[in-house]
Formats: sequence, C-alpha cells, structure tokens
Amino acid sequence: MAVLVLLDHEAGAIKQPSRSAIAAAAKLGEVHALVAGAETEAAAAAAAAAAKLPGVAEVLTAEGAAYAHALAEPLAALLVAIAPGYTHLLAAATAIGKNVMPRAAALLDVQPISDIAGIVDADTFIRPIYAGNALATVKSADAKKVITVRAASFDPVAAEGGNAPIRALQAADAPAGSRFVSAELSKSERPELTAARVVISGGRGMQNGDNFKLLEPIADKLGAAVGASRAAVDAGFVPNDYQVGQTGKIVAPDLYVAVGISGAIQHLAGMKDSKVIVAINKDEEAPIFQVADYGLVADLFTALPDLAAELAKG
Amino acid sequence: MKILVPVKRVVDYNVKVRVKADGTGVETAGVKMSMNPFDEIAVEEAVRLREKGTATEIVAISMGVPACQETIRTALAMGADRGILVETDVELQPLAVAKLLRALVAKESPGLIIMGKQAIDDDMNATGQMLAALLGWPQGTFASKVVIEGDTATVTREVDGGLETVALTLPAIVTTDLRLNEPRYASLPNIMKARKKPIETVKPADLGVDPTPRLTVVSVAEPPKRQAGVKVGSVAELVAKLKTEAKVI
Repeated sequence: MAVLVLLDHEAGAIKQPSRSAIAAAAKLGEVHALVAGAETEAAAAAAAAAAKLPGVAEVLTAEGAAYAHALAEPLAALLVAIAPGYTHLLAAATAIGKNVMPRAAALLDVQPISDIAGIVDADTFIRPIYAGNALATVKSADAKKVITVRAASFDPVAAEGGNAPIRALQAADAPAGSRFVSAELSKSERPELTAARVVISGGRGMQNGDNFKLLEPIADKLGAAVGASRAAVDAGFVPNDYQVGQTGKIVAPDLYVAVGISGAIQHLAGMKDSKVIVAINKDEEAPIFQVADYGLVADLFTALPDLAAELAKG
Repeated sequence: MKILVPVKRVVDYNVKVRVKADGTGVETAGVKMSMNPFDEIAVEEAVRLREKGTATEIVAISMGVPACQETIRTALAMGADRGILVETDVELQPLAVAKLLRALVAKESPGLIIMGKQAIDDDMNATGQMLAALLGWPQGTFASKVVIEGDTATVTREVDGGLETVALTLPAIVTTDLRLNEPRYASLPNIMKARKKPIETVKPADLGVDPTPRLTVVSVAEPPKRQAGVKVGSVAELVAKLKTEAKVI
C-alpha cells in the first residue's frame, strides 16, 4: 500500500511545506499526492504542478465547490473515503494540515501524530514536545497513521523533475454545517515565513508597529520574510501571522535575524533550527545570545539603519 | 445555551522543563502546574458569552489525576458554574480525551464547546478537531474572534496567510488562539465562591470509554543544544562575518 499526502496549494502552485511533507512521505513508501479544490484553472494547475514533484507516483484530484477553501469538514470526509488504500496519511503542519488531519484521524479511530520532526520507522516517529524543549520518540499502535509534518525538519523535494499520472476522484459527500465567509490575507511581496531563505524578526524591543518599517530595507536587500515574536504580536505591533514560535510558525531558514527579541522559550521553539542566527539586542544578558551564532549588543534604532546602509554598499 | 470548556492541567508555561535522566519523560514532580494558557482563553470567552447573555451555563471539564480538580477550581473562579472531573491515572491522549468528551456531550447537550487549540505540554493541537469529528459538528479552530447570532457561530480564524472567517451552524466546536481575548485574573471573592461550586467526578469506565493510549513513548530526549557563538563589535563586522564566514548573504 502507498502513502498519501494532502497538498496545500495556492494560485496553481504547491506550497513549500507540502513539498517537505512529500520528502517525509517518501521515507515511508510510494507517495500519492492529493490535490483538492474547486473546479478552477488554478486547481488544475496545482495538480499539474504536483505531478512534477519528484517522488510522487500518482496525483489524485478531487474537484468541487466544497473544497474551494480547504475547510476541514469536507477535506476530512474526502481523506476518510480514500484512506483504505493507504498505510499513512500525511500533510504539512500548516493551518490547513493542522485543521484537517486530526479530524480525519478521529473519523478513522486513529490517534494522530502531530508535527513530526523525524521518522524512525513506519510506526515510530520523533516529535517535539514542550515547545521543542524535549524530543519524544513515539510508536503508534494504530493500523493506519495520520501525521502532520514539521516542514522545517525535512528538506523539501524540488518543484520539478517528476512526471506522475493524474487521476480524478469522485468528490466525497461533504458534511453540512460550515461555510466559508471571507479571507483577509496579509498582502506582501515578500517570501512566506515558512519558505524564506532569510527571516528577520522583531520583538518587543521594536516598541511599536511603525518601527517594523526599519526592518523593511534590510528584508528587501536580503530577500527576507519579516516575522515577529509572540510578545510583539501580543503588544499589537503586527498581525498574528507574523508570529514565529511554539504557537506561531516554525521556521528554519539559512539566516535568522532576531531584532529586539529577548529569546523566550516559546520563540526559540520556532527558530532554533535555523542554520545561522543573528541577534541584535541592547541587553547583553538576553537569552537570545545563548543561541545566536553572531550577537550584536546594540540599540536596534541605530543598528538597523546602519545594517541597511552596510548592506546597501553591496 | 450551555457551553462546555475542557481545561487541561499542564506544567506552568514559565517552568523550564527538564528531561528525566532515564529518558522516560520530563520531570513533573515538584513542578508548578497551571491551566493550559489556551484553555484560560477558552474559559474567558465562555464567561464573556454568559455576561452578554448568550450563554446560560458554563461547565468546566478536566481529566486526569485528582489534582486536576485545582484546574477546574481555577475555571470556576474565573466564572464557570460547575465542574466535571474525569478521574484516571492513565495518560490520556487526544483520541481518548475526545471520546470521553463525546460521552459527556451526550449527557450535557451543550450548544457550544470552546477549548484551547493546543496544550503546551504535548503540543498536539488535535483534541478539538477530533471531538468535532466524533460528534459530526463543524469546527472553528485557531479562533481570534467569535460572534454568536441565533444558531450560527461566526468564527475568525488565524491561518498561515492572515485571517479567515467561517460560519458554523451550532452546535459547534471552537478552539482558541492567542488573540481571542485576555483572560481575567480571578478575584479573591470569586476564588472563595468557587470553592462552593460543585464538581462531579466520573471515571472513564462510567462513560464507556477505553482510554488506553495508542501512542507509546519510546523515549524522551533533550534536543541538540545550540552553542552560543561570538559577539561582534559593529554592524560592519557582522555583515563581513555573514558574507565571508557564514556565507549566508
């Protein structure tokens, strides 16, 4: 039996965390990818994009209005309908994966395994607990496994290189009771936090939302995504989708720049697997320096303009 | 409308957890325990709905060892009306919790269940979605705003790219995200009053649920430690090191 991965897609492309989920799934068996969406060109393009992912043996598509907004109720019903053919059902631990997979698991009478960071064997997985302060190795007694994958822990497969056949599925009966009303998505020309090669985040030390503008020239120069600590989000400086940490997004970029962030456990949980960490903080005792490869003890209001100027020199 | 609020007793979020030397788990003996922070937000939301007149009764439920009564008392002090403790020594995983809650829902017939999106100990982020599935109810997870009108809950959700709003037909499940509200501190008179509020105790067997865990913990280990690096003296030195040493820009 094969392994099924539910893919996140947007505007005809497969999201990077889903490509990490494919990489994880490939360790477990032959990978089939599921693309569900409304009957639109974008969904068809996403299916075509999924077919090109290296390591995908077959792409399954399900089209229907119920799948237009990736609501958990219809997607979980769809997964349950096709689950008999699979040993493992996986998705990236994105907002969609986290919403859908536990629902599908309960319908299958399976205890899901959330946010895996490693695979030991077909039944045994490593996952962070306590905000990543401990790593648990857990063995599942369920016949079928339902898993979300911590994308930062698995290098994504390439976007191109495969050539899988595409097979259309019957849409499953969608339960009534939930309806999409609207979406208010942050508009940004920048890369997404979970896919960016460089991330620059601000903390409470930024003092207000306006000061986040100081990060922009640096982010522009480095092609970076802009993030924030929970403290900055709680203080209302920036929206919650900026949040990096235990309860926000988990990132592992090549370079993470923490500005005015003290380094609370909850924040470190979201970024400590970054390859290189830079911390800029005026408090030399800040815990962030204990994980930073390069620490600069400085007032961020002078350091940030200096950094922008230094980078602009090329 | 009756609201159920499940609350979990977890290691306090300020505690730096330590992995046990024998690798069987984390040290919980003598460690401060508190209500899971997301569950506090759930209790607060329920209390606000009652203050608005939307809810008529709030039942706080906790599961586990007898000390979970303290967590229920905290919810009662915040404004919940009564408590139910599902007492067991078995380590409860989300599937078992969802089944136990389903059994309690059958007895209590709530119109809404509000619960934390994730517990800060196992970080599973699963129980609300699983309970919704078992009940066949719609779910509004990671909520930053909840509006109840008639038989509809309009829930604004924190999603990866921003916010999404869904309309759910009640009864429904809502799981809380951080920005939904700021939980109140219980006042001393309310803490005193909470002592007199009733807590019913039941066992998993009374509810016809086998709570045996499906996941076995093979081992628990410390994550690899990051070494502190170097302090640089200036922005210019930082940029130079990133270019020539780390080679990341």
